[in-house]
Parts: sequence; structure tokens; C-alpha cells
Amino acid sequence: MEFFAISMLNGLSYGLLLFLLSSGLTLIFSMMGVLNFAHASFYMLGAYFAYQLTGYLGFWPALVIAPLAVGVLGALTERWGLRTVHKYGHVAELLFTFGLFYLIEEVVHLIWGRAPVDYRVPAVLDFSAFTIFSTSYPAYRVFMMAVSVGMLLSLYLLLTRTRIGLIIQASLSHPHMVEALGHNVPRVFMLVFGGGCALAGLAGVIGGNAFVTEPGMAAAVGTIVFVVVVFGGMGSLAGAFIASLFFGAVQTFSVALDYSLLNLLDVFGVSVERTSGWYDVLSLSIAQMAPVLPYLLMVLMLVVRPTGLMGTRET
Amino acid sequence: MLAVTDLHAYYGKSHILHGVNLRVGAGEIVSLLGRNGAGRSTTIKAIMGQVDKSGSVRFQGKEIGALEAYRVARCGLGYVPESRDIFPSLTVRQNLLLGQKRATQKGRWSMEDMFQLFPVLRERAEAPAGVMSGGEQQMLTLCRTLMGDPELVMIDEPTEGLAPKIVDLVAGLLEEMKNRGLSILLVEQKLTIALKISQRLYVMGHGQIVFEGKPDELLANEQVRKEWLEV
Repeated sequence: MEFFAISMLNGLSYGLLLFLLSSGLTLIFSMMGVLNFAHASFYMLGAYFAYQLTGYLGFWPALVIAPLAVGVLGALTERWGLRTVHKYGHVAELLFTFGLFYLIEEVVHLIWGRAPVDYRVPAVLDFSAFTIFSTSYPAYRVFMMAVSVGMLLSLYLLLTRTRIGLIIQASLSHPHMVEALGHNVPRVFMLVFGGGCALAGLAGVIGGNAFVTEPGMAAAVGTIVFVVVVFGGMGSLAGAFIASLFFGAVQTFSVALDYSLLNLLDVFGVSVERTSGWYDVLSLSIAQMAPVLPYLLMVLMLVVRPTGLMGTRET
Repeated sequence: MLAVTDLHAYYGKSHILHGVNLRVGAGEIVSLLGRNGAGRSTTIKAIMGQVDKSGSVRFQGKEIGALEAYRVARCGLGYVPESRDIFPSLTVRQNLLLGQKRATQKGRWSMEDMFQLFPVLRERAEAPAGVMSGGEQQMLTLCRTLMGDPELVMIDEPTEGLAPKIVDLVAGLLEEMKNRGLSILLVEQKLTIALKISQRLYVMGHGQIVFEGKPDELLANEQVRKEWLEV
């Protein structure tokens, strides 16, 4: 029970962090049809910027400035990079973001080196928030959840209650029509791309110190975010939300579960001899499978439902 | 008011329009007729700045040929596409609001005018636009464009696939638009409505204008009708 409660909370905070990333990615995808391979690179930049700024100004200014700086970088990327490449089609755009991923990784190597940097949870938030059974739960995790929920709530209100939000929603279905009505759609694209990157940057600021800030973090998180977006259905915010929380839970639970198919067979009274050729496969525990589990689930989803949980878009 | 000179348009490598010339005067209803594939829709998309093109497009004395679509719209040109392109997840009211170029824009058409012309829009104001019937969506598309207070509206096949009763409603709205001083460039396939409401007509074939004249001139010219219009 204790294990369950703690894992659930960890899964929730990780899932919300994933949604900060996948919401931006899926919004950018459904609007522009671009799958941004470099999306998690902006997450990484958020973490490194926050690390750097924390050294000069402290954590709180960094919490605000780092995501904004990442957002501005994202907007510039759209304005001076993607927009130029756009006329050569989606393949060119994909290759552009792919190259950007490696470019950002190399830049991070150059500036901050290959080893993890010492980006820590701020001292004010480094205490135990409450104790469940006998395990104390860190306050920083609660803070992460609060920031994520607050940000996502503002995003929801922005999209549904404001005029610019309505223009964004309309551009999701018919960008040409929105432009023919006299709205500056290219600028809306730039703002959405920048906004999506800022959300990823924010995830980096609050996730970089909870986990680890190192040059490999973009690749590690990036693949999971792709799994989330594909599983939830490309272009569906609701799908991305459900999938984020689901994979947040899957990732935290699976690393700790020491059950294997052998245990399952035991329940039905079947036992497999050590000498059997199947023994090695069947005795793999869920914990051992944890790294591949998300990909396995994604492949299963694609087989059963190619559009993902709630996806509608054909491409 | 609108003068198009030697307009060429391209989809990738294929050359669709071969030097189109046409004019729409102030307060005039002009129809652009022709069979499918003659280049009528491409012509108005090119004017709107949504297709690669060369040639001159002048609107109210200003060259707008090189402008992006949203700037063309801000010059006072409205466009109602054949595909209607309503925003399905937004409500009818939100669709209409997005027709305005700015939240504060006041034009000769208000939301209340739209509701009076088409009471069904008032009934459905808070419903998602995606659940409306084809005819209702056509009303909404026209009204949405009018909310932006255009001087000239280009309308692509507004009566396509609509019941005769709805076609009459659309024709009524076009008359009302003319009464309020708007110019209309109407793309049509059906001769009936075009002959009834237009002052002048153009007929297109193979990406060029093949006939220009008044409704009675087109009626009298059996050869043009046989070769370029009748199926």
C-alpha cells in the first residue's frame, strides 16, 4: 500500500511533467504538421539555462526567465528556420528539426561539457512535505505538480477563453481560412511554436533538478515524449494528457515490480523447468523490461489502433 | 474596384491559369462561370494570395498581387471557399467573432444583423458549428466573412449541394449584400442563379477567359454555352 501510494504520486508528478512536453509537441504538430524532433532539446535548454541563471540570480528568477528565454529561442527558430524550410515540404522540416536536435546537443557539450552539471533543488523547497505511512514525500515533487497544474490550467484558459486562443483553435482545422479572414497566421504559428518550446523549457527548469541535468537528457526524455504523443493520438491534447499520466505511472511502477511471466504462470499452476528453452524469457521481471515497456505498449497501440487513443489526423 | 491583369497561376510545376483578365466594378455582382477544372476557383485563390502566381491584381487602386493572404483580407477582400471551412469545434458565435479582423472592429454588419437574416444561427449560437447541416454551414461561412466588413466578397459555389429553398435564401443574402454596397465576384456552375443576379458574367475554359458579357448576351450566344458550359 505504501509502495502504491508513493509510486502513484511519483507517477503523477512525472506524468504531469511529460504533459508539459507533449502538450506543446502535439499542439505544434496539429497546427503545422511538423513533428518537432528537437522538442526535448528545448526541455534540456530549459534545465541548463535554469542551472546557469540560478548561479547568478537564484532559483525563483530562473524559474521565470529560463522558460521565457527558451520560448524566444523557439520563436526565432520558427521565424528564421522552419518558415524558410516550410516551402520544401514536411520531409525538409523533419530533417531540419532532426539536425537542430544534434546541433543543440553539441552546443550544450561545448558550453557545459559532457558530465552532468550540479543543478540542485533549491534549499527552500528541499524538505519533506508530508509522510505517508513511514515514507516522507519531498516537497519539491509537490511543487513540481503545482507548477505543472497551474501552467496547464492557464494554457487551457488561454485556448478556450481568449481571442488568440480561438484563433489558434481555428488554425488547427483550417489555417488557410483563418488567414483569409485577415488574421496573421504566420505570426500565430511563431507564437505557438515559441509557446510550446517555453512549456518544454519550463518542464526542463522544474525537472532538471529533480532528475539530472546532462547532455543525454534530451534524447532520453524525447523518445518517451514521442511514445506519449503517438500513443495518445497525434494532435490530440486530451489523448496526450491521458497518455502522459499513463506513461508517468507505467515508468514509475515498472522499475519497482519484480514479477515475471513465470509468477503469472505459477498462479495457474503451470511451472516451467529451468532447463526449458523458454525459462530465460519467462523469468524476465517487469523491472528488467521497464526500459522497453513504453515502446512495447506503443507498438501494441499502433497495431490495435493506428491513430492512437484519441487521434483523428491521417498523416 | 478589382482589376486583374494577365494572371498566371501554378500548382507546383503545372501551369493552371494562362493570362486571366477580369474586372469587378463598385457595387457590381459579377459571375465567373465554367466547368469543373476550368480554373475558376484557382482564379479567386490566386487573387486571395493563396496560390503561386504572376501578373497584376489591383484592388481599390492598390497593387495587392504580392501580399500575403491576411494582408489581402485586411485590404477589404472577403473570400468564401467552396469547402466552407467552418471551425467545427468552435461555437457558431465564436465562428462569427473570428470573422472580425480585430475584436473591436465595427462594420456595416453586426452579429445581430446575422441573427436577424438567419434566425437559425441565433438558435444554434452556442452549439459547435460542426453539428450544423450543410445549408446552415453555408449561411455561417457567408456571415463569418461579412463580419470582417469586406468591400468585395469572392464566393465559390455557394449553392453547391443545397436544397432549392436554401438556394433562395443564399440568393436573398447576395441581394442584401449588394443593397449594402458590396461588390461580389461569384463562382458558379449553375446558370440559373448567375443569370438572375449578375450584371456581368465571365466564362472560363482551360485557364482563360473565353467570354465576357451581360446575361442576355450569354443567353443569346448558344455557341459559348454549348462549348464551355453545358455538360
